[in-house]
Amino acid sequence: MSNAASTSSDYSQFRQTFFAESAEMLADMESKLERLTAHGLDREELDAVFRCVHSIKAGAGMFNYARLVDFAHGFEALLDRMRDGRMQIDTTVANLIIRAADVLSELVSAAQSERAVPTDVGVAVSEELSHLLSLGLSTSGLESGSDGPETPPLRRVEIRFSPRPGLLRHANEPLLVIRELGGLGEMTTVCDTSRLPGLETIDVEETYFAWTFELTTEASDSTIGEVFEFVADDAEISLTTLETFSSEPDDMAEDEAFGLWLEPSEVPSATVEVSATQLDAGSQPLHPLAPMPTKSASLSSIRVDLFRVDRLVNMVGELVISQAMLRQELSQLTHKTIDGLEALDTLTRDLQDCVMAIRMQPVRSVFARMPRLVREVASKLGKHVRLTMIGEQTELDKTVIEELADPLTHMIRNSVDHGIEMPDTRLAKGKSAEGSITLSAAHVGSNILIHLEDDGAGLNRERLYNKAVEKGVIAEGTKLSDEEIVDLIFAPGFSTAAFVSDVSGRGVGMDVVRRNIMKIGGRIQVSSVEGKGTRFTLIIPLTLAVLDGMLISVGAEKYILPLTSIIESFRPLPSQIRVLAGGGRVAHIRGDYVRLIALNRLFDVDSAIDDPTKGLIVLTETADGTRIGIVVDELIGQQQVVIKSLQQNYTPVLGISGATILGDGNVALILDIEQLGEIKEQNA
Amino acid sequence: MNDVTQNYEETLNTIKRGGSDSHLMQFISFRVGTEDYAVDILAVREIKGWTRTTVLPNQPDYVRGVLNLRGAIVPVFDLKCRFGQGETEATEKHVVIIVSIAERLIGLLVDQVSDILSVQPDSVGPVPEMEPGRAQAFLEGIITVNDSMIVLLSLNSLFDSVILAGTEPAEQNAA
Repeated sequence: MSNAASTSSDYSQFRQTFFAESAEMLADMESKLERLTAHGLDREELDAVFRCVHSIKAGAGMFNYARLVDFAHGFEALLDRMRDGRMQIDTTVANLIIRAADVLSELVSAAQSERAVPTDVGVAVSEELSHLLSLGLSTSGLESGSDGPETPPLRRVEIRFSPRPGLLRHANEPLLVIRELGGLGEMTTVCDTSRLPGLETIDVEETYFAWTFELTTEASDSTIGEVFEFVADDAEISLTTLETFSSEPDDMAEDEAFGLWLEPSEVPSATVEVSATQLDAGSQPLHPLAPMPTKSASLSSIRVDLFRVDRLVNMVGELVISQAMLRQELSQLTHKTIDGLEALDTLTRDLQDCVMAIRMQPVRSVFARMPRLVREVASKLGKHVRLTMIGEQTELDKTVIEELADPLTHMIRNSVDHGIEMPDTRLAKGKSAEGSITLSAAHVGSNILIHLEDDGAGLNRERLYNKAVEKGVIAEGTKLSDEEIVDLIFAPGFSTAAFVSDVSGRGVGMDVVRRNIMKIGGRIQVSSVEGKGTRFTLIIPLTLAVLDGMLISVGAEKYILPLTSIIESFRPLPSQIRVLAGGGRVAHIRGDYVRLIALNRLFDVDSAIDDPTKGLIVLTETADGTRIGIVVDELIGQQQVVIKSLQQNYTPVLGISGATILGDGNVALILDIEQLGEIKEQNA
Repeated sequence: MNDVTQNYEETLNTIKRGGSDSHLMQFISFRVGTEDYAVDILAVREIKGWTRTTVLPNQPDYVRGVLNLRGAIVPVFDLKCRFGQGETEATEKHVVIIVSIAERLIGLLVDQVSDILSVQPDSVGPVPEMEPGRAQAFLEGIITVNDSMIVLLSLNSLFDSVILAGTEPAEQNAA
């Protein structure tokens, strides 16, 4: 491979890493900012947000995303001002920060997809930022005297830099740091070599030196802090102002920038006299031989290509199948218990669990977008809504999380738009003016349960019913149970809003939500008390790679029915079966007539049981709530199957959503209930 | 199968003996009904005996279903049936040739694998124009070996319509 080629692939790899990291940081920032409006941010959180913006700025600079850098710079300046305590967080500032964060993610995603950003994006926010910054300058005089960030006083600081052993191994070079620091002003350096061992025991990857710098500079603490930005995790750094030449030293004492410095208690305070005494007494915790703090968080995770994980998942799936086959063969061969077989069994199963766990991610990544959504929608509508989120750390498969984002967004938008009433309406009903939405996630068995609950108006049964009649969803006079009326909101082409609003009238209704949820093998239910609120329940499988299925047989063929769509199975009495004109059959079940689908007719399977009264009916429910009875020979049993794609080597087959490999190595097809109804029967 | 190995070794030796032979094209030939056909050896991934397949519902007759190839779901096509000569009564002696086309794996059900052919590129002759309507699109050329004609199959066009475009050809049902 030529050098140029490897460089360009390196470049694209770095670029990819930059965006992956940016996405993570933005999500992290979003979750931090969510707390901003509720109760402000503490120092640590503010620092975290600042670091996100700063790192994105640094990365963007590397890839020449000029607009991103410009914007991030202004944003960073504001955050910096807040960290210094020179700007108080009020609602205006908080809102601005949140909007700035939105613009930042917009710019990052634009840079990633390499599309041009409309020139007006972020301009308003940018202007407000600089306006606020200039304001901050004039008011900052009240708090911190004459020193804006632009004209800090000349001062002499002592900086101690004690790298921890991992520094070099993480590809950091102290020399670069020292050079950069030296660029800030006049500097004297003292190197502490006391840790240096004898030549025979030296480890070249170890860092044995520590340095003490005396720097005379005009730079603020945060500027100095930036020098150490990338080594902060791998070193102990402290900063002491020894002498300030033109301004009050107290001001600088407050200015412990960056969160890189040790906790205030460990850092000598900054008055000249005190620091002089503490130079001796206080040096102990900074000594290179001081006990090492725990490893930095960056060491505890690695970034892996999803493709590799998928391959691993696949191969372990194969291992489980091979193991099951081996077991079966062996049990036929000998009736003796074979040593180690049980252990192998447990091991493979554990291995599968471990591998599956790799793909698991907390739902936080989806949940984190919701507060912003609620804020936006609520402010657009003039409503007050508080969003509470519970169980954000609940984990599920990455692909499922991605599929969950759209339906959840839509449902929350709906809740704010249609569920929560206007403040005065709420007050009139004796509720608090602020509406409340609760989003929670929890594990239940091999599913995840997501509740979305609001304390809004609830569903008006009469309006739902009339609307459904008006829209032609149901015929007038149809008798429906309470449950069925509530379920109408999932009917295709049904929207409860009196008028199509800017917020939720985007042509998608709850029917699309239900379809999306069904697509990932989940179910959605709704319950509602009029005047009290509505509660949606999503039951979603933890992973798309594995499915809880019911193995059924039809003639010599075996199929898998997704367990989530099965309601019940039974053998009907002859009196329950009617043949309609045209050959179709229906079953009479507790007052309902349900269409019967015979798999043997549908799929042209020989020697299967055609008469449901001799076989079984499996009652299933499709995404739109339609019930279909599937006629099968028998149920073989419930089992978890690994889903394989048919499309990979073939073409989609109507009525089949995928395939799986059974314990005996044979392939079984997974039925797609949604499509079964669309297939014509062969030999009715 | 022993024949195949033996022939393969012979071919290897041929390649080792003469440098000019390195331009040879290699094909695997097999028997379907009474005729011999061949495919490019580079497309062949594996050759295995026939095992029961899982039938895919409502597919053309020549789709014999899918089998499990170490975790991959691979469709198997009945070549005899594809050529309009009726379905193969598959037994354990029948052979499935796993080939890779456009990054997909498919299995070809044939009666038996006959030989590995190493021929000069210029000995692959063109297929003469036939009367229109004959499905000759999947014939890529004709090779003459020991006075017998072997038809070289173009795998791409054989199953294009069904596995690549995702539509099933009507001609087969009509045939």
